[in-house]
Amino acid sequence: MADVIQYGPARLLPGEQIAITTNPDTEPFWQAAKEHRLTACQCAKCRHFRMPPTAYCPECSSRDKNWPVLPGTATVFSYAICNKNPKTGGDFIYVPVVVDLDGAPGARLNANVTGCDAEDVRIGMKVTVEWTAIQDGWVLPNFRAASPGA
Amino acid sequence: MAWSNQDKCAIVGVGATDYYVRGKSWPRTINDMAGEAILKACADAGISIKDIDGIAYYSGAGAGYLDKFDTASLMETLGMPHISFSASLTSGGGGCPGAIGLATAGLMNEDAKYMVTLMALQQLPQHRLGVVFGANAPSPESSFLQPSGLVGPGHLMSVLARRHMHLYGTTQDAFGEVVMATRANTHNRPKAVRKEPLTKEQYDASVMLADPLRRLDFCLETDGAVAVITTTMDRAKDCRHKPAVVHACAHGGQREWGRAFAWMGMPDPHFASSGHKFTADRIWAQSGLSAKDMDVALIYDHFSPMVLLQLEDYGFCEKGEGNDYVLSGKLRYDPATGRGVNGGTPVNTHGGNLNEAYIIGMTHIVEGVEQVRGTAINQVRDAEFALVSGGPASLPVSSLILRSA
Repeated sequence: MADVIQYGPARLLPGEQIAITTNPDTEPFWQAAKEHRLTACQCAKCRHFRMPPTAYCPECSSRDKNWPVLPGTATVFSYAICNKNPKTGGDFIYVPVVVDLDGAPGARLNANVTGCDAEDVRIGMKVTVEWTAIQDGWVLPNFRAASPGA
Repeated sequence: MAWSNQDKCAIVGVGATDYYVRGKSWPRTINDMAGEAILKACADAGISIKDIDGIAYYSGAGAGYLDKFDTASLMETLGMPHISFSASLTSGGGGCPGAIGLATAGLMNEDAKYMVTLMALQQLPQHRLGVVFGANAPSPESSFLQPSGLVGPGHLMSVLARRHMHLYGTTQDAFGEVVMATRANTHNRPKAVRKEPLTKEQYDASVMLADPLRRLDFCLETDGAVAVITTTMDRAKDCRHKPAVVHACAHGGQREWGRAFAWMGMPDPHFASSGHKFTADRIWAQSGLSAKDMDVALIYDHFSPMVLLQLEDYGFCEKGEGNDYVLSGKLRYDPATGRGVNGGTPVNTHGGNLNEAYIIGMTHIVEGVEQVRGTAINQVRDAEFALVSGGPASLPVSSLILRSA
């Protein structure tokens, strides 16, 4: 096995190069994010969480949704370490993470993590939401290592 | 229960262009290459292009990822007098071998007599697959993925590979062995893009593109076209070659896999898998066979870890034991004996997407046909059954068992 690569600090991709689009099913998530509230789509009937938000609950077929405010903490489920800015191609260390959201069993987000070196990111690591302003006035949930190097 | 269409159809012709490094096929057009592959497949089968009356596509009839095939245009270009079947599987490369099942369905329904399945791929700078996810404006759904900077298939796959390493102790050494074991099969293949032997030192020195994956874990970016012709067994007897019999074929998958790495919502153990378990179970149920009955396995290898994960899903080894299976040399083909190594089943005797060429799965079907005909360059001795897989990708994924006649 090759030596562990020393990447250094994990950075967030610059918000000014990130765009999103919404539809009526997903927009409440992004409207909450604008106000720095982390939410996830929950079925109002059977309480099953689903992300991304979609028209129907896959468990009970209900169209009724809740948007509960979540604690804003999460656990790293998996990740990659990337080293090029996808827009510019320049050297840039960032760590896309797949996180399990606390308070929303089964719901995940894909984001960047910061607050630690890239090589110190671990599956199972606790992270806390950090808000990144992106294009068109939207706000993106990213995450910060709860205790650096943990 | 045996599949009702078992052994009723066969692949009777294969045709391909040269394989070009990404973008180097220009100034040929994509329909020029598609035409060459189709005409060569007809010649290989010993039929006329005028006999072709059905097309069974996959990838939504995509030609690469931004171009589209159109049956009417192909008819005008190549002169087929009439077409009575024109259909496609959905999603992407995961449906490649499943398209032979679609062809079989059309043949058994007597919609058509000779079915073409094809792919042509031309990755001009604006069509480069490796960045295709990031180049698109994010949809409302991909707005939950793309901002993370997971912009290429390799980025996405590395997240799945990482989870497998975490759960089962899988190593990057095993990914390297997938690349080296299949590279060893291309030195004698004139059309292969990468033919030189690969050492572990060279693999370890390969640049890390999306940790834990290196450049050499990513498949080639190539241009070219491949077509195959499927027909009924009674017609196959009149064709030039020994038929490659369609013994089992299935496409689909289960909800837990769904959009897979375009979503990342898969629960364990599906997350660190190839998403093929459902389809694997179906073809084994259709055929009454299992992995140990396969003489050769042509495993879709867009990224090296996905070979390991498919070997688990198809039951060549237990879930979580792919690392040790791979590292014990069981993917390798031994030219001296014409068989596998250490009790394994030879994988990708053509070199696969990683080493020979990447035409979105079609080269695996061609190798499966040549193996059961007995005409492969790296022929597995007495090959009776060849497994061909497509994907891992968003559903449907698919697989095919070809049988020697």
